Amino acid sequence: MSARKLILCHDCDLLNRVAELPSGASALCPRCGGLLDRRVPNSIDRTLALTLAGLVLFLVANAFPFLAMKMQGQVTDTTLASGVRALYAHDERFVGSLVLFTTIVAPLLQLLLLLSVLAPLRFGRRVPGMIPMFRLLRRVESWSMMEVFLIGILVSLVKLADMAQIVPGIAIWSFALLIPVLVAAKASLDPHLVWERIGRRA
Amino acid sequence: MSEPEKALAARSLASCHDCALVVRLPAGRAHVAARCPRCGAKVHRRKVDSLARTWALVITAAMLYVPANIYPVMTVTSLGKSQSDTIMSGAIYLLQHGMWPLALVVFVASVLVPLLKLAALSGLLISVQRGSSWRPRDRTRLYRITEVVGPWSMVDIYVVTILMALVSLGQLASIEAGLGAVFFAGVVILTLLAAESFDPRLIWDRAEASHARS
Ligand SMILES: [Zn+2]
Repeated sequence: MSARKLILCHDCDLLNRVAELPSGASALCPRCGGLLDRRVPNSIDRTLALTLAGLVLFLVANAFPFLAMKMQGQVTDTTLASGVRALYAHDERFVGSLVLFTTIVAPLLQLLLLLSVLAPLRFGRRVPGMIPMFRLLRRVESWSMMEVFLIGILVSLVKLADMAQIVPGIAIWSFALLIPVLVAAKASLDPHLVWERIGRRA
Repeated sequence: MSEPEKALAARSLASCHDCALVVRLPAGRAHVAARCPRCGAKVHRRKVDSLARTWALVITAAMLYVPANIYPVMTVTSLGKSQSDTIMSGAIYLLQHGMWPLALVVFVASVLVPLLKLAALSGLLISVQRGSSWRPRDRTRLYRITEVVGPWSMVDIYVVTILMALVSLGQLASIEAGLGAVFFAGVVILTLLAAESFDPRLIWDRAEASHARS
C-alpha cells in the first residue's frame, strides 16, 4: 500500500492525495471543508463497545414504559410500540409505519448491522454478507431519529400536564442515555478502515 | 499537479458512493455506470438525474406543505368538547403555557425547517442550473445544513403518536390524528429524499467550468 491515497471529496469532487493519517487525526478538503478521511483510535473496539451498550439500552427503552398517566384513578402506560399500535388502531397506517421505521426498525437495524460487521472484524474474520450489510448501514442511519423522539416525549409531557398526572418511566432514562451512545458510535466508526478490511480485493 | 491537470485527472475518476473508493471509469464512457471493485455498488460520477429528481421532490413537498399546515394534526375530544390543533396552534399552545424553549423548538422544527429546507434546495437547484460561480463553499455548507436539520421536523408526528397512545385508553378523552399529520409526514419524507438526491458536486462543476471560461 502506498503512503498516500487518492480521495475524491464527497462534496466537491476535488482530487486529494492524503498521507496516512496518525491516530486521532482527520483530513479536511482544502476547497470546500468537507471531511476526507479520519483515523479514530481503536475505532473497531470502541464502536463495538458502544454498539453493545446501545443494544442493551435499546432493549430497556422498548421493554418498559417511558410515560405513565394517572387520570381519575386510571393508569395508562405507554411504550414505543404502543404508540405505533395506537396509530394502526386508528387506521393511520402511513404515519404509523413512518414512526415504526424511524424509532424502532432503523435504530435497531443500525445497531444490529454494526454488531454483525464489527464483531467478526474484531476477531480478524470476514463473514459472507459483510459488504451488503455495511452498505445497508449507511442507508439506514439517516432514518434513525431517536433524538427527535426524545424531544417529542418532552413536548407531550408539557401538553398533558394540564389534563392528568404524568409519571416518567424507566425507559425515558434509557432513551436519554441511548442518544449520546448512538452519536458516539457513529462518530467512532471509521468507514475507510472497515472498507479496507472487508472489501473485495481486486 | 497543477489545478487544471488535477481537474482533468478527476474527470475520469469517480468516487464510489457507498465505500468512497476512487474508481477509474472506462475512458470516453464516463457517463456509463461501472461497478465498484471493492463493494460492488454502481459507480456514477454524479448522482443520476439529480436536478430533475430533486426538483420533483421539492415541488411535491411544497404542495403538501400547504395542507399540512391548514388541516389539524390532531383533535382532542374531552367531555364532549373537541379541539383541533394545527402545527402552528400547537406551538402557540406551548408558548401560552410559558414553555418558550419547547415552543421555539417546535416552531423551528415544524414550521421553519421544512420551509427553509425547501427554499435552500430550490436556491441551490437554481444556482446550479444558471451555472453560478457564486461562493461555492458557502453553498456547499448550506447543503450540509439542509441534510442535518431534516429529521427534526418529525417532532410533531411523535407528539401525536405519544398522546394517542396515552389517551386512547382513557374514557374521558380521546385523541385522533388529523389529516394534517398525514400531509406533514409526507413533507418530512419528501424533503429528506430531496436533500439526499441533490448532488453538491454539481455546485463545483459549474463553478469550475465558469472559472475555466474566464
Ligand atoms: Zn471538497
